[in-house]
Amino acid sequence: MRVLPHVGSFGPASPEEILRPARPWFVLLSLLIGLLANLAPVSGVAMTWRPDFLALVLLYWCIQEPRYVGVGTAWVVGLLMDVGDATVFGQHALAYAVLAYGAEYFRRRVLRFPLWQQAVQVAGLLVLCALIVLLVRFVGGAPPPGWRYLVSPLVGALLWPLVSVLLQTPQRPSRSGSRR
Amino acid sequence: MRPITVDPPAFFNRGPSPLARLAFFGILSLALLFADTRYRYLENVRQTVAIALYPLQRALEMPGAAFAYVSGYFGANRRMADENATLRQELVARAPATQGYVREQGENARLRALLDVRTQYAPTAIAVQVLYAGRDPFTQKVFVDKGTSAGVQAGAGVIDENGVVGQVTRVFPYMSEVTLLTDRDQAVPVQVERSGARSVLFGNGTGRSPELRFTSPSADLRVGDRLVTSGLDGTYPPGLAVAQIVDVVRDSGQMFARIFCKPLAGIDHSEFLLVLSQSAALPARPEEPGDVDALKKGGRARGRRG
Repeated sequence: MRVLPHVGSFGPASPEEILRPARPWFVLLSLLIGLLANLAPVSGVAMTWRPDFLALVLLYWCIQEPRYVGVGTAWVVGLLMDVGDATVFGQHALAYAVLAYGAEYFRRRVLRFPLWQQAVQVAGLLVLCALIVLLVRFVGGAPPPGWRYLVSPLVGALLWPLVSVLLQTPQRPSRSGSRR
Repeated sequence: MRPITVDPPAFFNRGPSPLARLAFFGILSLALLFADTRYRYLENVRQTVAIALYPLQRALEMPGAAFAYVSGYFGANRRMADENATLRQELVARAPATQGYVREQGENARLRALLDVRTQYAPTAIAVQVLYAGRDPFTQKVFVDKGTSAGVQAGAGVIDENGVVGQVTRVFPYMSEVTLLTDRDQAVPVQVERSGARSVLFGNGTGRSPELRFTSPSADLRVGDRLVTSGLDGTYPPGLAVAQIVDVVRDSGQMFARIFCKPLAGIDHSEFLLVLSQSAALPARPEEPGDVDALKKGGRARGRRG
């Protein structure tokens, strides 16, 4: 039998590795950290490069634990984001709800791919999320933000492997338990 | 043969389908969007959630502040950093004086006393610190650390040591939102220091310089002219530095010249700001004659912007 090289170490879980169910408090904590990361004060060039951490965390849980996190959770979290950002009420809520739906739709397929290929599909979802926000603002009369607007979702997609490894680490079976 | 029951056992039952949920929450979001942009019904909800988020946001500054301290003042001792902070706070508190604002006000007070006019302007100001910049790429906003509890009022002008930064547009109990003068919806009535010509400086949105709109090509404006507040709106006291003209494009085919300006204040990097108090009482707006509907409409649209 093939020995799994990564078991118990820091690295992506292979598809045949069975993850333990996530603890609800960990899901909540990660969402909270994602929200805080989004609200963290930055300025200047970092504004362009800053990815939407909350969307990434939401996406991970929608794919990995759809029983805990789904469209409803995404919507509530989006409302918090709207208040934190002082933007139009419901803008992030709508975008995150669509994101969660997309994740739920694609989750069975996405999980079969290696992480960097997942990142490509995640990029699509994040860009969709950004475009919904853009559409909402356009209707509200905002000027076009320029191509830099798409940098943030793409950076987010690049971070996907890191975020998924970080978030799945607590669910991985311990080394002693997975010896075969 | 007995037919199989259609209902799945409770174990598999997961409530409404994702699509149904999406439709429900999507419609709810659209309703919220509409209610918020159209009628501003939701300010109370926003205030409540903002209070709940406030401790988290304050907690967030700690690592940021620690990082700034370590990276910015690496090698310097703590006392110097503290002294620097207090000095900068003092500097911004004295900003009006450096801009000749106090002197003019004293002069004004003497003249007013002569004319026996009651003082219209209460020069109390609140020093604030920028918490974070708004994340929304469509608007230009910063959040500062004092709100209604410290007496900040929506609509108050905000300056730093070099000039006008913007205007308070929304107040929460412990913080307030300042719209910068580069925001697309922000307008500041200004006056050219050299010639005294009045105009209005309009923000142009992220990454574009603000501009003096509706200026005739023959207007006496030159590159390098300083613009100061004219004080006509009652928000900013007259004489505060606002911007400098960096480019004048006169195209004979166009009805107006395009005049681009560079804000003088540290719009995107000032850490300490000063919130000016609202001028106490402006005389009531005179009754307008009924036949100038067009004029009236224009006036209203501008009023909403402020």
